[in-house]
Amino acid sequence: MAGGTVRLKTSLKEFRKLWKEPFLIIAVAVIFYFLIVFVLFPLFQVFKTSFIVKKELSFANYAVVFSKVYYYQPFLNSILLGLSTASAGTLMGYAFAFAITRTPLKFKKFFRLIATFPIISPPFVVALAAVLLFGRSGTLAPYITRIIGAYSIYGYGGLVLVETIAYGPTAFLVLYGVLGAIDPALEEASMDLGASRWKVFITVTLPLSIPGIASAWLLVFIQSMADFGNPMVLSGNFRVLSVQAFLQITGMYDLSRGSTLAILLLLPTITAFFIQRYWVSRKSYVTVTGKPTSATIKRVEWYIKLPVYFFVFTITLLIFLLYGTVVYGSFQTLWGVNPALTIKNYVETFQVGKNYIIDSLLLSTIATPLTGILGMFIAFLIIRKRFFGRAFIEISSMLTFAVPGTVVGIGYILAFNQRSVVFPFMLSGTAWIIILLLIFRNMPVGIRSGIAALQQIDPSIEEASTDLGAGTGTTFRKITLPMIAPAFFSGLVYSFVKAMTAISAIIFVVSGRWNLITVAILGFVDNSQYAQAAAMSIILIVIVLAALGVIQLAVNRVGKGVRASGLIGT
Amino acid sequence: MKEDYLVLNSIVKRFGKSGKQVTAVNDVSISVKEGELVTLLGPSGCGKTTTLRMIAGFEDPDKGDILIDGVKINNIPPNQRPTSLVFQNYALFPHMTVWENISYGLKINHVAGREVKERTESIIQMIGLNGMEDRSPAQLSGGQQQRVSLARSLVMEPKVLLMDEPLSNLDAKLRVSMRLEIRKIQQRVGITSVYVTHDQEEAMTLSDRVVIMNQGKVQQVGIPEDIYAHPINLFVADFIGKANFLRGKIVKVYSSKVDVELFGKILNIPIPFKHWEFHTGAPVIVVIRPEGTDVVQAERGDFNGTVRETVYLGSKIIYYVEIKGELVTAEISNPEESLRFKAGDMVGVNFKKQSLHILPVED
Repeated sequence: MAGGTVRLKTSLKEFRKLWKEPFLIIAVAVIFYFLIVFVLFPLFQVFKTSFIVKKELSFANYAVVFSKVYYYQPFLNSILLGLSTASAGTLMGYAFAFAITRTPLKFKKFFRLIATFPIISPPFVVALAAVLLFGRSGTLAPYITRIIGAYSIYGYGGLVLVETIAYGPTAFLVLYGVLGAIDPALEEASMDLGASRWKVFITVTLPLSIPGIASAWLLVFIQSMADFGNPMVLSGNFRVLSVQAFLQITGMYDLSRGSTLAILLLLPTITAFFIQRYWVSRKSYVTVTGKPTSATIKRVEWYIKLPVYFFVFTITLLIFLLYGTVVYGSFQTLWGVNPALTIKNYVETFQVGKNYIIDSLLLSTIATPLTGILGMFIAFLIIRKRFFGRAFIEISSMLTFAVPGTVVGIGYILAFNQRSVVFPFMLSGTAWIIILLLIFRNMPVGIRSGIAALQQIDPSIEEASTDLGAGTGTTFRKITLPMIAPAFFSGLVYSFVKAMTAISAIIFVVSGRWNLITVAILGFVDNSQYAQAAAMSIILIVIVLAALGVIQLAVNRVGKGVRASGLIGT
Repeated sequence: MKEDYLVLNSIVKRFGKSGKQVTAVNDVSISVKEGELVTLLGPSGCGKTTTLRMIAGFEDPDKGDILIDGVKINNIPPNQRPTSLVFQNYALFPHMTVWENISYGLKINHVAGREVKERTESIIQMIGLNGMEDRSPAQLSGGQQQRVSLARSLVMEPKVLLMDEPLSNLDAKLRVSMRLEIRKIQQRVGITSVYVTHDQEEAMTLSDRVVIMNQGKVQQVGIPEDIYAHPINLFVADFIGKANFLRGKIVKVYSSKVDVELFGKILNIPIPFKHWEFHTGAPVIVVIRPEGTDVVQAERGDFNGTVRETVYLGSKIIYYVEIKGELVTAEISNPEESLRFKAGDMVGVNFKKQSLHILPVED
């Protein structure tokens, strides 16, 4: 009882404090509205639609989905694929992170680059490369057939392979941070007390990295479940939820059943997300500060080095092979038929795809700074301000990270293809729907890095600004923003890369007037125009790299000594 | 008690790639007796921690040998060395309880279950951590963490206990009580110990002998009293306690003493080290501690000066007195019992005879 009164009193006090800052109250109100409209409303629409058959409330969709193998098989397949990819990807990430932080491996920067490179390319480029290499007329297909007999890259095996390469880097980044943050003195203490390197690993290094392993595993699981591009290219008869939901809507025009499949896709990913966020991350023994300490145990026995190095070298070779094939393929006249080298693919791609490139660049360039600023501001509100509904803002703004793109895409077409009470404009077919989708989809990472940065800045610095007469807005602009610049730029880099390489949600909201590179690449693949697809992919990768360079220049001018590429871990 | 129980023989350690190499430890030789506590004392970057880590086996010396009880241990990996290191930040395993932390090393070394229990229990008893066995390190105060860390090393019964600034993370009061306790435990167990610190007071109170290091080299080795009274060079004199350095001139050399002219007066000072040679007419530095300096009424002392500043500290008072253009610091204890002077006063200054010390002028 007393607790309730106290809480009510503090709420009132918070509210009164807020009232004195009109800027803050308006900002909070606007953000509330945006999050409701662009995060929750679309999700609600998907949920609602899944329960409506022929304009009536009905559980028919769910009954069908759970009784017909045609529908529940994709669910089981997606889960199986997620479990496999998460395990393989985490293993890959751990091997790379261990090799870089714990062994005297040479050329560590090079290997770090390799382990993170797939992040800046659209994930399905790996699938494209796999088709070029191992597909029916793939370069290596005849040799592999000779060794292991008839096989198909299309299906479960191929998908695990490409998704491991595509999402293993996520695991690497998490584990690299965790392994780098373990105090080397702990391992030394263990060794000093008589433990061999193997015992040090088993009794200290591994137990301390288990929360990190769990985090990495769950994140890769989410990404694999949500992956759309790779299965679109490679799934063959191994049907997965994301693709089935898409086909249900674009092929069968059945929004209702498509929504039902989307909800099935949403449940496991969101569960994994909440386990990761609110349980695993609390178990952690190490705080990742982004300042890796160098391990001091330099001599590592061969029985640890040998398997780790072998694994790392093999994956490195595979990554080179895959991306090299895309480069090589982009210069071939006709893949698998006429290997004569030519630049006509690039010429054609530019002619056909010029508008895609311009649209992608334009929309990403508009969305990126908005994502960055909004993300930082929300992080600032969450960490520094006390107001009613703060938890709501935190959870809902993070939510899009856990929601598969397919679900978001379906939600956006359901929510914005007509005017509604919640939002009185029709957005379908406009550039705005793409921009808004990019902003709200890519914001969580910016918010998280902003939160991490803010937690390390003493609030008294901001209090000093307030004490000298600045309001919340001025303090944020003049004091907070410059101090969290590194996090801000890392948010920018991330959202630009993601905007340029996005596919799963975007594919639902593109239109004749506004279309994007990734959608075009997928179109080329669909028509078996592999050489053009490869050329377009290379163009996309080059654009992303160039943009990283530009942001780096901007960072240099700010002069904080931050490496933009370092911000995404390369 | 064996002499030369732990021996470091001309140890050299360099860091960095060739071309940009830094010599962290430069030809260091130290010998520690069995049961003795020796402190490596010096400013940060003097090579003391690197020396300790070479004894523990975490760094390999580029030159020289390390011996324990006559056995060369250079090539023995750290996990097989008979040493145990107490880390500066404790390095307690965060995923283990106090009990698990302390018994960790015994289990790793396959000590029988019953013995593990007995030894762990008795060390917990000794270190005063009863009732905390099941806590995790995060639930302990800094001082308690420090005890666990010490217990974890002691339970191994190492031949040599190594401590790397173990008290530097504690607050000032706790630091004082913990260092007394460490000394008590060390003497009770009789364990040969090497202790690294940059805190001279800590070194003075803890150690049987102190090794003063600077820029990778040993400056002076000795019992605390000797080092304080007879520092071997300017660095040691300046690093240990406070001192006035005054320029004088040798006017006469005897067999074990010299006459030094200072501010126009002659002082008779013993030669501190037998092998040092002084020559008549050569300049010399007279070292006098502030507490070896007395301030009296004008014309009543050996020298006349003017008080420039006074600092009252309760238990003592500090005068800065100018004598012939040089500022001399004097520290008077129990100021209530003596005459008080203020800035501008003319005073007399006496140097206590037994605290006068001389150093040759360094180039």
